Amino acid sequence: MTNPVRLLASVLVLAVLAVPLAGCGRDDDGVRAITVFGAASLTDALTELGHAFEAANPDVRIEFSFAGSSSLREQILAGAPADVFASANEENMDLLVEVGAVRTPVDIASNRLAIVVPDGNPAGVRSLDDFADSSYLVGLCAVEVPCGDFARQAFARAGVEPAPDTEEPDVRSLLTKVAAGDLDAGIVYETDVRTADATVDGIEIPAAENVVVTYPIAVVTGSGDVTLAEEFVAFILSPEGFGILRRLGFGSP
Amino acid sequence: MVGSLMLAADLDVTIGPLHLDAALRVDDGEVVALLGPNGAGKTTALRTIAGLLALDGGCIVLDGRVLDEPSSRTFVPTAQRHVGFVFQDHLLFPRMTALDNVAFGLRAQGTGRAESATAAHAWLERLGLAAVAGTKPDALSGGQAQRVALARALATEPRLLLLDEPLAALDASTRVQVRTELRRHLATFGGARLLVTHDPVDALVLADRLVIIEDGRIAQQGLPAHVTAHPASRYVAELVGINLLHGDASGERTVRLASGAELTVADPLPGATVAVAIRPQALALHRHRPDGSPRNAWEGVVSDIEADRDRVRVTLSGPVPVTAEVTAAAVADLELVPGAAVWVSVKAVDLTTYLD
Amino acid sequence: MPLLVAAATGVAFLLVPFLALAQRAPWSDLPSLLRDPIVSDALRLSVVSATLATLVACAVGIPLAWVLARSDLPGRSVVRAMVTLPMVLPPVVGGAALLFAFGRRGLVGGPLYDGTGFLLPFSIWGVVAANTFVALPFLVLTVESGLRAADPRFEDAAATLGASRWTILRRVTLPNVMPSLVAGAVLCWARALGEFGATVTFAGNLQGRTQTMPLAVFLALESDREAAIALSLVLIAVSLVVLVPLRDRWWGR
Repeated sequence: MTNPVRLLASVLVLAVLAVPLAGCGRDDDGVRAITVFGAASLTDALTELGHAFEAANPDVRIEFSFAGSSSLREQILAGAPADVFASANEENMDLLVEVGAVRTPVDIASNRLAIVVPDGNPAGVRSLDDFADSSYLVGLCAVEVPCGDFARQAFARAGVEPAPDTEEPDVRSLLTKVAAGDLDAGIVYETDVRTADATVDGIEIPAAENVVVTYPIAVVTGSGDVTLAEEFVAFILSPEGFGILRRLGFGSP
Repeated sequence: MVGSLMLAADLDVTIGPLHLDAALRVDDGEVVALLGPNGAGKTTALRTIAGLLALDGGCIVLDGRVLDEPSSRTFVPTAQRHVGFVFQDHLLFPRMTALDNVAFGLRAQGTGRAESATAAHAWLERLGLAAVAGTKPDALSGGQAQRVALARALATEPRLLLLDEPLAALDASTRVQVRTELRRHLATFGGARLLVTHDPVDALVLADRLVIIEDGRIAQQGLPAHVTAHPASRYVAELVGINLLHGDASGERTVRLASGAELTVADPLPGATVAVAIRPQALALHRHRPDGSPRNAWEGVVSDIEADRDRVRVTLSGPVPVTAEVTAAAVADLELVPGAAVWVSVKAVDLTTYLD
Repeated sequence: MPLLVAAATGVAFLLVPFLALAQRAPWSDLPSLLRDPIVSDALRLSVVSATLATLVACAVGIPLAWVLARSDLPGRSVVRAMVTLPMVLPPVVGGAALLFAFGRRGLVGGPLYDGTGFLLPFSIWGVVAANTFVALPFLVLTVESGLRAADPRFEDAAATLGASRWTILRRVTLPNVMPSLVAGAVLCWARALGEFGATVTFAGNLQGRTQTMPLAVFLALESDREAAIALSLVLIAVSLVVLVPLRDRWWGR
């Protein structure tokens, strides 16, 4: 005599146990798949690199997860099923190296900061100094994310005390608000300016004040397909891979 | 003391299957009772006069002021009609004390808190409710609650007071007591009063004039004594406790009942199938077959005897099942007990017939 | 018995995350963490904006609920569907919509800004607006169902006593639906307190001005886990302080 509640409970337990079995590296139909965790500022770059790699290797499928670098770092530490990690700063990567969560990282590209303004620069923003002027509506990334941390460094170098009206939790939302005209200016990466070219204009930050950002990439130790992961990293480092990055505005590592 | 015309309501409204088409008049100082079966339209009539329902046609005029006239697109909202309403289940605001309930109308119309409270107190005293001023409705008895509802409606001194089955929610013994009190209170309050009831005793006790509503139309109206003595419809006959028998015409002035017994009436019959009404008081009981004039006589068996002070109602079974009302002395004299045989007679002129 | 088992499972499912949180909490560091102005600013902002949002919601929502429940105006079902919409939309979408409406270049916000210089985003009023947008439906729908259940004849009685619509609402209808009103206001307040997506998208994020507790927790997770946990505990504690005393007494009766 089966108690309906007990039956339901058994079904639930079986369903829960079946889930981990679904996350293995090789699919039923022979497709090889890896998951790449990438910093938000690498969204376009990694996606394009992924497509190019898949085009060259038809039996490969790459899945991406983009978020703030520290968020991804935490997920990997908690055991998330990532194969490759590309960080927007070295700090996050170093933390993973320390505990052996990743193999030896290698730099794939560099980036710099830029002032972004709405198309046509309606407020007439000219330099970092304007960020201290409270009559402008300006935004930065929150200091907890790499973009914000780097921006603070740039301001320190320029000797400017910024007065932001908002500190966005990620660089994409900052970019969106500037592009929509809700903000007069923001500090984002040069690559972001180039990506949103039609809707924004960029203003260069002098080299003396600017910050160079390096992007390290590494294979996650717990990866289900280390070979494929390393193949992908190698592709990124290849001339073809770097060509894609250059086209998107990244600098050499 | 009846004065000038206060309410002139020509009602024409349709609600679902009911079409109400009636002209009501109430004079200043008059108590009119609307009596009728369920669904006849009595409550609908009150709701249109109160403004809770709009007319389709016709006109309502109160004290010379037009309240509702579809043809001229005039409609005065309920709150501005100055019409008091006592609801069947009192509808006292549950979270307010009796005093606050009574004061509500005054405060709603702008009177200050203290002044309203004083006036409300006076009304409660007038109705003998001073002791429960601070009580909430759920702690009041049925009779008390209904009286508080009356005080609440009277406190705003409306020109017209409407009462919707004011005693229906009370139990039998409370009803008798509250009915007597209500009569007294209605007499002291000025203005016009229109009350709806399905209980004929309420109507007889409380009303100056009776209006019978059946199926959305006025079937009969007049002084209570007259209406009950000369019911114009079966409904009223049944209502006032008149005996009603059914039969077929067998001759110009003879009715044959289902049992086979025949009754002779004085006036020509209205049709082939008729109902015969006999007032309980018109039936006479005899030890033996009576000789002399009554052409209607039969032998019946006493099935029930019910004493009501000095009048006794004797229910009789037999060829003509009726209830007779006789004196206690007669009962004693005839030694009437349930099961006893007795002769019953009634004069032809005391029989009223209706088309059935 | 099966009923209790199901109920217990539900409670356990809700309870376990809180227990996990409590277990990870840095109890010894808690006092110093809580003294940080970030915490007091965020808490003050959260409580103030949630309360203001609830007041606005009541002022607008109670009449709206009355219209939906009692009037016979045409188009009520359309209005009701619109009121339900914020509950179905992802909050970020709601925030984006608010920007399109009230941002600097928004449908209403644009002319408003050009004319008066007043701007909702990047101010506490933006937070209140975002909170009200997502929490209003809870109030309206709860109060509407309370009104439907209440006996309308009391309102008839009040009308015969000469009371205006406003007096009837104030002295008869509202006291009658008080339990629903309280429940609706509490739900509204709680929803507003926890609102994140619409707030960060519309009002932005700035400590002391628009950084509510949920935002502070989210950002703290990026950099300082312990601070995030501390903030979460504070938020839970505040919520419990408000919710627990309201049990039974006003919900029923």
